[in-house]
Order: sequence, then C-alpha cells, then structure tokens
Amino acid sequence: MQILLENSSVAGIDQFDVYRQHGGYASVEKMLTMAPNDIVEAVKKSGLRGRGGAGFSTGMKWSFLDQKSGKPKYLVCNADEGEPGTFKDRYFMERLPHRLIEGLIVSSYALGVNTAYIYVRGELSWIITQLEDAIAEAKSHGFLGSKILGSEFSLEIYVHPGAGAYICGEESALLESLEGKRGYPRIKPPFPAIAGLYGCPTVVNNVETLAAVPWIVMHGGEAYAAIGIGKSTGTKLISACGNIRKPGVYEIALGLPVEEFIYSDSYCGGLLEGRTLKALIAGGSSVPILPAHLATTTAAGEPRLMTYESLFEGGFESGTMLGSGGFIVLDDKACIVRNTWNFARFYHHESCGQCSPCREGTGWLEKVLERIEHGHGRTEDIDLLVEIAKKIEGKTICAFGDAAAWPIASAIRHFRDEFIEHVSLAKDHV
Amino acid sequence: MPKFSLALLDKVQQIIRRYPEGKQKSALLPILHLAQQEFGGWLSPETMDYVASLLGLVPIEVYEVATFYTMFNMTPTGKFVFQICHTGPCCLVGSEKIISYIETKLGIKAGETTPDGLFTLKRVECLASCGTAPVMQLGKKYVEHLTEEKIDSLIEELRTHADFIRK
Amino acid sequence: MKVTIDGIELDVPSGTTILEAARQIDTKSAPPAMCYYSTLKDSGGKCRTCLVKITQSSAQNTRPSMRLVPACRTLVEDGMVVQNNLSEEVLEARKGIVELLLINHPLDCPICDQAGECDLQNLAFEHGASGTDYKEERRRFPVQDIGPDIKLHMNRCILCFRCVYVADQLTPHRCHGVLNRGDASEIGTYIAKAVDSDFSGNMIDVCPVGALTDKTFRFKSRVWFARPMNAHRECTACCGKTVVWLKGDEVLRVTARKDDVGEVKDFICNGCRFQHKKLEDWVIEGPMHVDRHSVISQNHYEQLQGPQDA
Ligand SMILES: Cc1cc2nc3c(=O)[nH]c(=O)nc-3n(C[C@H](O)[C@H](O)[C@H](O)COP(=O)(O)O)c2cc1C
Ligand code: SF4
Ligand code: SF4
Ligand code: FES
Ligand code: FES
Repeated sequence: MQILLENSSVAGIDQFDVYRQHGGYASVEKMLTMAPNDIVEAVKKSGLRGRGGAGFSTGMKWSFLDQKSGKPKYLVCNADEGEPGTFKDRYFMERLPHRLIEGLIVSSYALGVNTAYIYVRGELSWIITQLEDAIAEAKSHGFLGSKILGSEFSLEIYVHPGAGAYICGEESALLESLEGKRGYPRIKPPFPAIAGLYGCPTVVNNVETLAAVPWIVMHGGEAYAAIGIGKSTGTKLISACGNIRKPGVYEIALGLPVEEFIYSDSYCGGLLEGRTLKALIAGGSSVPILPAHLATTTAAGEPRLMTYESLFEGGFESGTMLGSGGFIVLDDKACIVRNTWNFARFYHHESCGQCSPCREGTGWLEKVLERIEHGHGRTEDIDLLVEIAKKIEGKTICAFGDAAAWPIASAIRHFRDEFIEHVSLAKDHV
Repeated sequence: MPKFSLALLDKVQQIIRRYPEGKQKSALLPILHLAQQEFGGWLSPETMDYVASLLGLVPIEVYEVATFYTMFNMTPTGKFVFQICHTGPCCLVGSEKIISYIETKLGIKAGETTPDGLFTLKRVECLASCGTAPVMQLGKKYVEHLTEEKIDSLIEELRTHADFIRK
Repeated sequence: MKVTIDGIELDVPSGTTILEAARQIDTKSAPPAMCYYSTLKDSGGKCRTCLVKITQSSAQNTRPSMRLVPACRTLVEDGMVVQNNLSEEVLEARKGIVELLLINHPLDCPICDQAGECDLQNLAFEHGASGTDYKEERRRFPVQDIGPDIKLHMNRCILCFRCVYVADQLTPHRCHGVLNRGDASEIGTYIAKAVDSDFSGNMIDVCPVGALTDKTFRFKSRVWFARPMNAHRECTACCGKTVVWLKGDEVLRVTARKDDVGEVKDFICNGCRFQHKKLEDWVIEGPMHVDRHSVISQNHYEQLQGPQDA
C-alpha cells in the first residue's frame, strides 16, 4: 500500500516539474475550494495519528489550537528525527521534499497559519538544502508565498537547522531550540496549542503526519480510515534495521502481522543465513524490547500486528509500542546486556539535564550497566537498575525520562537470565 | 575579531528575516553553523562574541547555547572530522569494529586528532542512518555502509585531496 | 477556589499554585521546594522535590492526574484534591529524588559554609532515605571564583537555576549561566569574567546549597556560632534592610532577609552586602527570628547519611 511513497522511485520526483506531472500539489488546488474546517474534519475522520512517536490523534490536536487568541499561529514540522532506529523522515524528505511542502501548505490552510517552520536535524544538511530549493520552486510557481494561486491565503515556510541534540525532537524543546535557546523541554501546561512558539498558539507535527494530509484532502478522511485496523488507520513508514537481510524504509498498511514484516521478502526479508530472531525493538530505542516469542505473538497467543493497539497488547508486562516506527531486529548473536548499556549511554549523553531525576538517574544507569557489561557487575546490580529506573519514570519534566527507563526495565524483565549470566561471570566486584 | 564578508552579512540578515521582528535570537543556531564553517571549524570565544554582537545578545547566551549542541566544536578539530555513529542499531552491524579499525589505522583514539592535524575521530549518536549502517558524518555528507576497505580508500582520497570536503 | 490538600480544605484565588496553597496551610508540611522561588519569574519545575499527587483534578473532572505533578508549577482548580504527605507514592518518589540529588553531591558539609542553613541538608534530613546504593564515582568540578566576591563550588550545585534568574531579572547583563548539557551541565561564565553587577550578590542568598558562597564572609565561622541580627542602613541602591551576622562586634557577613519559607522578598545591593562590614555601618534592630526547627538551632546536620565510598 503506497500512499506516502507513491511515486518515490520516479526519477527526478524531487524536482517541482516532475512532482507536478505526477499529480503533485493537486491538494493545494483542491483545498482552495474547501473551507479550512472541512480539512480539519477530514483529518479527524481519517483517524490519522501523530507519526512522531506518541500516536496522538492529529485531528484532535488541530482542534485544540487556540483560534481566538488574536496572536499569530504557527505550524512547526518536526524533522528532528533522532530516535535510534528511526530514519523514515530522512528517507522521505530526500525523495519527496515537495510532498512535505504540499502537506505543510494544506495543513497551514486548515489551521489558519501563515508562517510555518521545518525543524530539521542539523546533521542532515543536504536535506536542508533540498527543502530550501523545493520551497523556492513552489514559491516561483505560486504555490507558496503571498496570495497562493491568487487566493487570499498566504504562507511562508522556513527551514530551521538543529545542531545535534536528540532532546530537540521533544516538541517543546524543539520550540525552545527554534527560539534560539538551549533545548530544554518546557513545563506543561501550557501546551503548544495555547502557548507554543513565541508564546503563540502552535501545532507541532511530524514529517510523516503532515505528508499524509494531501492524500486525505484528495481522497477524503473515510478513504484513509478504510485502510488499517480499528484505531490504527492508514499507512505507516517503518524503518527497519539491525540483523535483517533487507534494512530499509517500508510503507505498510497498519495491521500487517509482525511476522510477515520480518520474514517476507517484500519487507525485512528475514534474518541472515543461519541466524534466529532473539529480540525486537519495534518502535525506536525508547519502547520496551520484546523477546522473540512475544514479538510475533501476544502473550495470549494471538498473532502480533503492526498496529498501535496490538503492539501494546499485554501492556508493559508483555507488550511494547509502535512509537516512531524504528524497527530494530536483534538476532541470536546480539548481546542484550551490551545493547541495553549502549542505549543507557545514549540517554545519559542526550539528557538535557534540566530536571534532577533524569539528569542524575541516567548517569547512574549507564555506570551500573557499563560495569555489568565489562565484567564488574554484582547480582544486586540487576535489581538496582530496576529501582533506579523507577526513581526516574513518571517523575520528570518530559517523556525522555520514561524513554530512558523503559528499555532497561523491559530488558531486565525479559532477559534477566542474560544479566545474571553476565554478573556471574564477573571478573571482580567494586 | 572574526568578521563575516559582506555577502555573508547579507545572508545573516536574510536568516534573521525568517523570524518575526524582535525574535532574532531564533537565528542563533543557523548563524552559529555559518560561523563555525567560516571561522576554522570551531567556535572560539571571539567568534561567539561576534555572533552575540550580530544578534544583540549578551555573550553568555551564546556560550550557553553553543555548549548545549554537539555539532558545535568548542575546541579546534582536524581538517576532516570522522563522526562515527556508535548507537545501538549501528553497533548491531559492526560500528564498534569500524571505530577500532580507524583508531588503529590513524593511531588515535576517539576524541583525538592526528598529529598532522588532518583527521579527528569522534563518536556520535544515531544519525538517522541506521538502515545503511555503519555510518559516518563527514563534513556535510554521510558516508554509509562503511567497511574497512571503504575507510582505507576514503583516508587515501582525503590525504591526496585535502580540500575535498571544505568546498 | 476550593482545594483540599491532605484532607484540609481551603479557599484560594484562581492562579494560585498547589505549593502556595499548601504553604498557606502550613509552611512546615508544605512540599519541599528546591528550585522554585516566588520572587523569581519562571523558576520552579526542575528539581521535582515538590511532586504531589492529584487524586481529583477538579469539581468537573473527578479523575486523578496520570502522573505526579510539580506543586510549584501546577495551578489549583476548583474542587481539586491533592495528596502531599499522605501519599505513599509521593513520599517514595521524593525519597528517590532526594537520593538522586545526593549521589553526585560531595557531602562535604563539615567544610561547607552553607552547613546549618542548607536546604539540601534539611531536605535530606526530612525527606531522604537512610542510605543509598550508589557506588560509582562522583562527578567533580574545580572550585571557581566568579567575580571578586563570589565563590562557586560546582560540586554542590543542584542546578536549580535560581542564580541564573537572579542575574537575568535583577542585573542588567547576565554574564554567568548554565553551560554544557545533561549531567555535565555546570554553572559558569565560560571564559573568565567577573560577575560584578550591583545585585549579583543575591545569587548567594537564593542558592539553596553551598554552591555560591560569599568570599568576604570573614573568619569562616559556622553559622550557628554567629548571631544573626536584623539591621538596616540608608541605602540609595536597595532597601537597606538586611541581616548582619555578628561575632562579638565583628560583622562576619551581611545577607538579605528571608521570610518564613526561606525566600528573600527584598533583594539587597552588593554595597550593603560586601562593603559594609563594620558594626557602625548598621542600625541594629534586634535578633533575627530563628525557627526552632532550623538546623541553625538544632545542629542536626551531623546525622545526615550520605553515599558511602566503597
Ligand atoms: C525524547 C523525545 C524525543 C522525540 N523525538 C521526536 C522526533 O525526533 N521526531 C518527532 O516527530 N517527534 C519526536 N518526539 C515526539 C514529539 O514530542 C511530538 O509528540 C511530535 O513531534 C508530535 O507530532 P505528531 O503528533 O505528528 O507525531 C519526541 C518526543 C520525546 C519525548
Ligand atoms: S526528563 Fe530529562 S530530557 Fe526531559 S526535561 Fe528532564 S532532564 Fe531534560
Ligand atoms: S549555583 Fe546554587 S543557585 Fe545556582 S543553580 Fe546551582 S544550586 Fe542553584
Ligand atoms: S544507530 Fe547509527 S545511524 Fe541510527
Ligand atoms: S520546587 Fe517544584 S520542581 Fe523544584
């Protein structure tokens, strides 16, 4: 099912003319025949949920935007993509920059926004150039700028580079960073819909979320909602990596069985010769890790599907989350302890340091895991890790704290034996 | 005191105009990128003070921001900075091995610069390139699917065309 | 607006935070606040020691909140029900946070100028657990002078950001701030620069720990050996109302006056603080009220248990 990546392999599709020949920007023409609220309603009907990780209903988020403040309103596209295992936004923007611009135009029209920013992680400098070129092209063809296609609607889009900080993917840290500050997540409430960029009402959406809107405008919310299962409607980009034969970005209709996604040649293509599945991290480094048997089936024995609900089946005991769609496969040669230590190091390095549980706790977690991995662990350390994770989880300013705690808690929950083995082979103790 | 050329000062003004009036602090990250590129690949206190003066900020505001983001170098680096991703997914497919290979080959540890000032090796976090791992960021490009052979020829190429990336 | 905190109901105007409401009931049982400071705009929300549980969000929305919330930054709603000291979950969370605040703390109370009037000591004593399993190395930073009158012991800093807000809100040009990221964050000026604007000394008073101390504090006396006296002088720069800390006839140091929750309401200038160290500079009003529960009167800091080096 190709809604987003449709035409992505057409040569030159990153150029305006080719994109236009393939039906590009049609939704901008169509939108001008619609009332802004019709688009909001269509998005609500579509069941589209935020693709940045949290999976919040996009239509709902849009309807929370304060339309009465009298202040300017902003739309900010989150292209900071920093969640380990996730590379779908990058892949998409490299191939279809105009589709993102188109999504921003129709979404801005729906929200009554006249200035939008795309916050791109600074490392992706060629994408920043590509997007700026695409914006210039769209502008020269009248699809952007003042009085778009002769209508009363005007919009400017600017690209803003990040500079190396995973936390700036968190929407309020992103807004701070866009204001030229340190990327400190804000204390909520107020939420961006009320007081976002420069204190003005703001919607922050992921690249993939906004890229889905043109299709919804063209085909209607119902058509989008017809794809997928239950509350997981539409398609999702999954970036698959790790120990698989065919790493890459795949667009799937939500509801595809996990097993099929891993083993089918249309997707991951299975594991390398002679290897077996050991564990799956289904939605980026922040979601709980699952052992093989819980990856492809739920604890109740049902096939596990690629939907928000099915992946969460079993809650934190035996489930996980769809998250950002960063699909990391670990085979039987992978060491869970080493991977867990690696992630702990990542979160320690990326904590903004603003609130004490996360600032102090992430460092502690890393140090203990580093000891265990390097043969200096003690049996008590395993429960200690669980305790430290509890001291962080749910107590922090932003969800980063949970993201740092969950991978560790879940790794120990499902692979305790491996941790025990590590400490029992320990060379010495501190 | 470092100073941008007239053409770049024009660019600075252009960047400032992306943001509403009075919100020129928003231009800080893009202008720091520009300054780092222009003034030797790192942000000296003088460079940061200059950027502060361009945006009407007090210098500490710039220091605070510059030291928060890992893309800004607070000390001089080698001419070519190998920034290798060492986050989980890359490590599953051999990123640690590649790092040790480069360490041995260049005779430096991660975080160090070769004595000839040509290469700096850095470990960085996920670059959104986990499907084409192992990967390094080199200037404005990524080099993906790294292998030992690829590293060999890359180093060779950079040594011969020492101007390759800076352009 | 009606709000119930630990079973006690009270009426507060809208716009009141849970912390302020709790302090109206009783300052002693109110949630501990290590970063919030009522006279400093934007402060609060960072240390997380004031976390409380909302068991009923409002009269209309009778559901509990999903997470613990920071009392200092959460506004009261009509009909809200809050658990502070009555909630096991809150006490447990607080214990964890106190422990995390202490794992990298040097616990050098015996040589710290702040000992006896340190909010972290009090916090650890009142809300902490009896020990910790922290066995790793602690973070270390060198001691720095920031300006001629202020010393910074970064090891003791809990990154409450209060001193940054003081510099932002009371002085014309802030020249110190928070550098670096995560647990490498530190207070500093980046390149050696003197913090010497006229109200910078207030950073010392708002600092909850002994991270910022008065270099002119003479004779390094333990605070409980000094006699704090309310005093004033004619000052054109500030209110001139201070506390002078006397030993005999010697003025050891001058600080601003703190209210019953330990906050300065009237900030003082550096002239009063650092330059008037003679008894005749001051009109002495009488002894400063010392809370009987304060460590200054109780000396109980020695019982503080901290991480043991393995
Ligand atoms: C630590 C952290 C990192 C995040 N990183 C990203 C990111 O890189 N990209 C993204 O779109 N959302 C990220 N998010 C989620 C955003 O906060 C936000 O929910 C999202 O951008 C909203 O867009 P959506 O509703 O379209 O998903 C992150 C959240 C957290 C807590
Ligand atoms: S949870 Fe971590 S990342 Fe989020 S605000 Fe606190 S310190 Fe920063
Ligand atoms: S130095 Fe003191 S006031 Fe400043 S942040 Fe640290 S603890 Fe807070
Ligand atoms: S983990 Fe290396 S690029 Fe993502
Ligand atoms: S006092 Fe509320 S979080 Fe610090």
